[in-house]
Order: sequence, then C-alpha cells, then structure tokens
Amino acid sequence: MKHTLTPQRYLILLAVTLTAPLGDALLTRGMAQIGAVDLHHLGLLWHALFNPYVDLGIVLLIGFFASYMTALSWADLTFVMPSTAFGYVVVALLSRFCLHEHLSAYRWAGICLIVCAVGFVANGPSLTEHPELNRMDSGAAR
Amino acid sequence: MTAVHTSGLRAWGCIMVVASLAIAGECLIAAAMRGVGDLDDIRAESGLPGAIKAVLSSPLFLIGATCMALNFFAMLFTLSTVDLSLAAPASASLTYVGNAAAAKVFLHENVDRRRWLAVLCVCAGVYLISK
Repeated sequence: MKHTLTPQRYLILLAVTLTAPLGDALLTRGMAQIGAVDLHHLGLLWHALFNPYVDLGIVLLIGFFASYMTALSWADLTFVMPSTAFGYVVVALLSRFCLHEHLSAYRWAGICLIVCAVGFVANGPSLTEHPELNRMDSGAAR
Repeated sequence: MTAVHTSGLRAWGCIMVVASLAIAGECLIAAAMRGVGDLDDIRAESGLPGAIKAVLSSPLFLIGATCMALNFFAMLFTLSTVDLSLAAPASASLTYVGNAAAAKVFLHENVDRRRWLAVLCVCAGVYLISK
C-alpha cells in the first residue's frame, strides 16, 4: 500500500515547517530587546520571560515540538526531515521579502536544492511498510 | 562577536558531539512515537491529556528528549569555541546524513535512492544558504 497523506496531515507538516523558524525569529527579536546575558546577569533570563516576543516564540516552539511528534507518529523520520529543513527556506524568503535583505546567488541555489529535496520525498510513500508487523496486526485482529 | 579560534580537530570533535546527540535524540523520539502509535487516533479517543500521557510515559521519548536537551547545551558550548558559520551548517548537514543512516539501520526505514538524494540536496542546500 502506498501511504499518502490527508490534507490535515499536510497541515501538520506545514506547522512543522513554519513554527520552528518563526519561533526562532521571535526569540531572537525578544532577546535583542533584553540584551546580552552572561554569568553575572543571569537574572535577565527571568526578565526575558516577560517579553511578549519571547513568550510568543516559546509558544511557537512548543507548537513545533507537538506537531513534529505528531508527524513522527504516522510518517518516517526520513520523510519528516526535509520539512524541518524547509524552515531554512522560510527564513531566507522572510529576510528577502519582509526585511528586504539581499539574497546572494548561493542562497537562491540553496533554496532551490532544499525545495527539490522536499519535492523528491513528498512524492514517495510517507511510511515504510513492515510486513512482519502487518502480519502480527492482522493475526491479533483475528 | 567572533568565537575564540580553536584547533580544527577540537572544532570538528565538538561538531560531531552536537550531531551525534541530535541523531540519537531524533531517532529515539521517532522510535518512541512509532511505539506510541498514531497521535491523531489517540487524541480522538482520549483527548489531548491522553495523548500527552501516552507520549510522556514512553521511556524512549524521555531518553530522546534528554539527548535533545544535551544537544542544545553542547551546541551552546560549541558556539563559544567555533564560528557559527562553520558550526551551524556542519552540524545540520551531519545530522541529516546521520539521521538517514540511523533511520535505515535502527528504525528499519526504507531509505531508498530518492530519500538519499533528498538528504544530499538538503546538506548542499544548508551549506549554500549558510554561505
């Protein structure tokens, strides 16, 4: 059987892709407002918890972990991995179109390669068949 | 701020430790989730608390999460001695390749030519984006 994904499961993979880079970006922005933290100023870490950017970043990263584990419960690790890598593409595109940063030819080439990788994997089955496990399952059902 | 320059061997040693912890953590979490079963089904049957309980009661998940936490601190240590421009793409690429190999050996996933090609594309892509 070829394992294909329902639209709801594609949404979970989209959440895996988007929440990690957005969470990281929000944490970076929040910590930039807090300032440098070193061993003598560890209290700043407590202060950081009251920064809305840091809070939203933490919520998004919890969302990433939840959606990542949900995806791993019905798909192979090697199927889910390129989705996490697609986060690099999201960050690069956000920096180009929202922050108006310049993207070099190297970065555009990198984006194309990661998009190709996601395309290769998305066209294949999402889960490896284990015939012996299937036989055990059907035996248990009888 | 530029990290203190360290010897190549030590830098790559740090990067290998970071990648190894990430590979161990991700494979253990993937094995745990396979053991737990489809979280969508569990959530439909027992709600969100039931799904959280099923995940947290898996020893493999707890060991995997510990590895991921150690990976975080190992990365912090590595970034204090190795430049970000080397540490981030090198550890990410090694993690992708290592995960594919570990998934084939330990999780018995069907890592066919298509998936190996995807892993290599991701590694090259991560390297180019970090340039």
